[in-house]
Amino acid sequence: MTFRLPSGGHVDRDTLLQFTFDGRVLTGHPGDTLASALLANGVHQVARSVKLGRPRGIMAAGVEEPNAVVQLEKPFPEPMRTATTVELFDGLVARSLSGQGRLATEPDPARYDAKHLHCDVLVIGAGPAGLVAARTAAQAGARVVMVDDQPEPGGSLLGSNEYVDLKPAVEWARAIADELRATPDVHVLDRTTAFGAYDDGFVLAVQTRTSGAARQRVWRIRAQQIVLATGAHERPIVFPDNDRPGILLASAARTYLHRYGVLPGRRAVVFTMDDSAYATAIDLADAGVAVPLVVDVRPAAPENWAAACAERGIEVRTGAAVTGTEGTERVTGVRVAGELVPCDTLLVSGGWTPAVHLFSQLRGALRYEPALGAYLPDGELPTARVAGSANGTFDFAGCVREGRAAAAKAPVEIPLPVSDARPRELAPAVEWQIPGPESDVDTRFVDLQRDATVSDILRATGAGLRSLEHVKRYTTIGTAHDQGKTSGMLAAGITAEALGVDLADRRPTTYRPPYTPVAFAALAGRNRGELHDPVRVTALHSWHVEHGAEFENVGQWKRPWYYPQPGEDLHAAVRRECLAARTDVAMMDGSTLGKIDVQGPDAAEFLDLLYTNLMSTLKVGRIRYGVMCGVDGMVIDDGTVIRVAEDRFLVTTTTGNAAMVLDWMEEWLQTEWPHLRVFATSVTEHWATVALVGPRSREILAGIAPELDVSNDEFGFMAWRDAEVAGIAARVCRISFSGELAYEINVPSWYGLALWEALAERGITPYGTETMHVLRAEKGYPIIGQDTDGTVTPHDLGMSWAVSKKKADFLGKRSFSRSENLRPDRKQFVGLLPVDPTVLLPEGAQVIETAHIPRPPVRMLGHVTSSYPSAALDRTFALAVVRSGRERIGETLYVPVGDEVVPVTVTETVLYDKEGTRRDG
Amino acid sequence: MQLIPCPWCGPREETEFHYGGQAHVAYPQEPAALSDEEWAKYVFFRANPSGPLAERRTHSAGCRRWFNAVRDTRTHELAAVYRLDEPRPVIP
Repeated sequence: MTFRLPSGGHVDRDTLLQFTFDGRVLTGHPGDTLASALLANGVHQVARSVKLGRPRGIMAAGVEEPNAVVQLEKPFPEPMRTATTVELFDGLVARSLSGQGRLATEPDPARYDAKHLHCDVLVIGAGPAGLVAARTAAQAGARVVMVDDQPEPGGSLLGSNEYVDLKPAVEWARAIADELRATPDVHVLDRTTAFGAYDDGFVLAVQTRTSGAARQRVWRIRAQQIVLATGAHERPIVFPDNDRPGILLASAARTYLHRYGVLPGRRAVVFTMDDSAYATAIDLADAGVAVPLVVDVRPAAPENWAAACAERGIEVRTGAAVTGTEGTERVTGVRVAGELVPCDTLLVSGGWTPAVHLFSQLRGALRYEPALGAYLPDGELPTARVAGSANGTFDFAGCVREGRAAAAKAPVEIPLPVSDARPRELAPAVEWQIPGPESDVDTRFVDLQRDATVSDILRATGAGLRSLEHVKRYTTIGTAHDQGKTSGMLAAGITAEALGVDLADRRPTTYRPPYTPVAFAALAGRNRGELHDPVRVTALHSWHVEHGAEFENVGQWKRPWYYPQPGEDLHAAVRRECLAARTDVAMMDGSTLGKIDVQGPDAAEFLDLLYTNLMSTLKVGRIRYGVMCGVDGMVIDDGTVIRVAEDRFLVTTTTGNAAMVLDWMEEWLQTEWPHLRVFATSVTEHWATVALVGPRSREILAGIAPELDVSNDEFGFMAWRDAEVAGIAARVCRISFSGELAYEINVPSWYGLALWEALAERGITPYGTETMHVLRAEKGYPIIGQDTDGTVTPHDLGMSWAVSKKKADFLGKRSFSRSENLRPDRKQFVGLLPVDPTVLLPEGAQVIETAHIPRPPVRMLGHVTSSYPSAALDRTFALAVVRSGRERIGETLYVPVGDEVVPVTVTETVLYDKEGTRRDG
Repeated sequence: MQLIPCPWCGPREETEFHYGGQAHVAYPQEPAALSDEEWAKYVFFRANPSGPLAERRTHSAGCRRWFNAVRDTRTHELAAVYRLDEPRPVIP
């Protein structure tokens, strides 16, 4: 049985769309929403309530809908979509929900994207106020953007049969929108919901796309001036059993009639506190619906409206109320003063709540207006003005006047349109609930989506809660998917009543973005998958991939972690790689090391201030290891410094700290030492760096750099030379992060692969970051950020040797002598050897004093910072920071691991080649 | 999202900037001459007013220059931005 009228509405009746709801195959038309198509097929019940399992029906015709939250299955699974905002299309499959839906398990084939817009005036809402605002601004020559969540302009006019300027109102709206679209520098965005308003005129809006590859698009709009013409939401009425399917907002029923040509039922009772519902009663009666009764809680009816009802044989009962309903799957009757009035539809209007969400998000103040029972914008904001029913102005003439005024600081006096709508006569009644016995508070629903009732509010106020914000949290009213668009104001009113306070003295709950639910996919846009975060790769990356490297993420860098050969796991590969470096020769891609070119006449003085050790005495051709501290004396980075020329240095940083160190240099140069003539430039990606490591590294280097004297006398430890290596101009640095004889060969990135391949041809074992970590840990070299955590001084690391005593000052120096930093029980960097040499300690494990875990609180001495199995030591080992660690060398401490407590011996940090003969040889 | 008027680039989105803490906290002339307490004041202690506060910012994704801005901590509004070599403007 169809509830679609033979004519009327803005749907395309020539085209039939097939869709499925809860397994039933149904039809509708383009222009329908899922909700209007369901109602056209007589389907009201679309959900069972989340807690009580009560049948619930479509109640509204827009975003305020609390009940009709459905699961879309096709074309793509989307949970919790509001049926009143889903445009119908052919092949749509949806089902009813009770609470949450399901997220898709398959990848989303659709795209989501984002666009930026800048404008002078952004108008939000294309109802009468918004249209006139946009037109006024456009005529004044402003760059205008008008956004509206509907496919068609008109706002509330879409649900009416009124005329504006002697044209059907919808045609009038369409003509203005068309005119705007044809105006240069004006954008009209339909199906676009402004969901967040932020500082300095920044607004986020999400658009549902009907063509193109993107399912949704986020518009990031920056406006000089915002006009909020966001309209108002009709309120339901709180009375016993006010939640049955077939109970709709009066304005929604009128919208279904005029916009979709759909009747909500055959026999409708109207229950109202406001004039606006009379139009619904009259229009439905004219469309053939039996309307036996309008129940108006106000003592008197609006005269002209009542006369129009009388003409149609509609009884108007004033000073009366609906006090209950009958029916299970659908309302079958309503009780009015003890009398049961049979009906299949009850249309309610408890007045209107202006949609002040965006104004409030902008931190606009709200004031309570007792005549409307609603919070209204209080004053203007520098970037936003409110117009129309969002401002509590509900008549057409007022809306368009405010729209024109809000559009420009000096409004263009364009003629205002005129509507034939029957004017309002009486103020609405403000009744938060229909009085009745206390026994029925459990069925007086306030928030239908949360299944929260008056009794929940009374429990909250009974528990002593006084603020609306607290009652909201306690009852959950207004926290559901619909964010309390229909329930928030009712809850506030009932709370105030229960407390016996005035709403004017109560702060309304805070509105936060988003105004309507927004999919994370839309917010992510194209920044997903490979585009989620930039990936940085070195010049040698393709070789690593071809040779089966496993990769490790270091910041945004992809670094080879290890190179497994067939059958090898991490440990086996790392063991092989370590042995190659310690006994033969191996090589690593070190290109990710941060590199900063520091030059200028005062470069040496600058580095002296930045590093704990002396850099100005470094000779051209030489290299020095350096440590950098914050002013608090804590280590922030380390690396090598190469003196390229008297006025030029090349500084290396930890891979992950490269950007931070450059920032740090620039900060000091600009803010404290602007007199220093120094430039710092990142050259990280200019160079490819290959570490050539192991006892045979000298022999290999000699072979591919025949013109370079590689003898220890001529090219000793911590020296660098420019030379041709494998036919490529290179800078070779004799530095070692492994403790072995080693060279770092730097070539311009472009030639990195050629150098690497030349070395690989000689059968040199490549190794990754894991082996690098083991090799350096065996030598007790800390990794800043792994072995340190921002509370570690160079002295704690055992690096007093790297702290200059000659320099008058450098960053961190004064802090070293703070009493806190002189405490003997500071955590110090030490080695730990598990007594059982096969036990591998987990990094992060705590170090304690006793073999058994004592009763809490347990005294923590420190924690394990690095831990590896070692091929060279033929055992496991760890590095740790431990209270008074250096004094404890030789002692046994304990590390709880799971249910066990592992005994460990405290040692020095350097566990391999303590004398450094391998490195220096 | 706020627009921050960089003194060199003009208004830019706040994501282009980094925050640098309270402004006009000069590195002491002679740190060695300070007591632990005086030094700790420089290193750790910063003003936390309710109202205008002069702060440092850097346009890190733009011109990379440091500058100062007076922000009202109650409203987050920027009352003024100025270069490092300019005096702090008087905010009424």
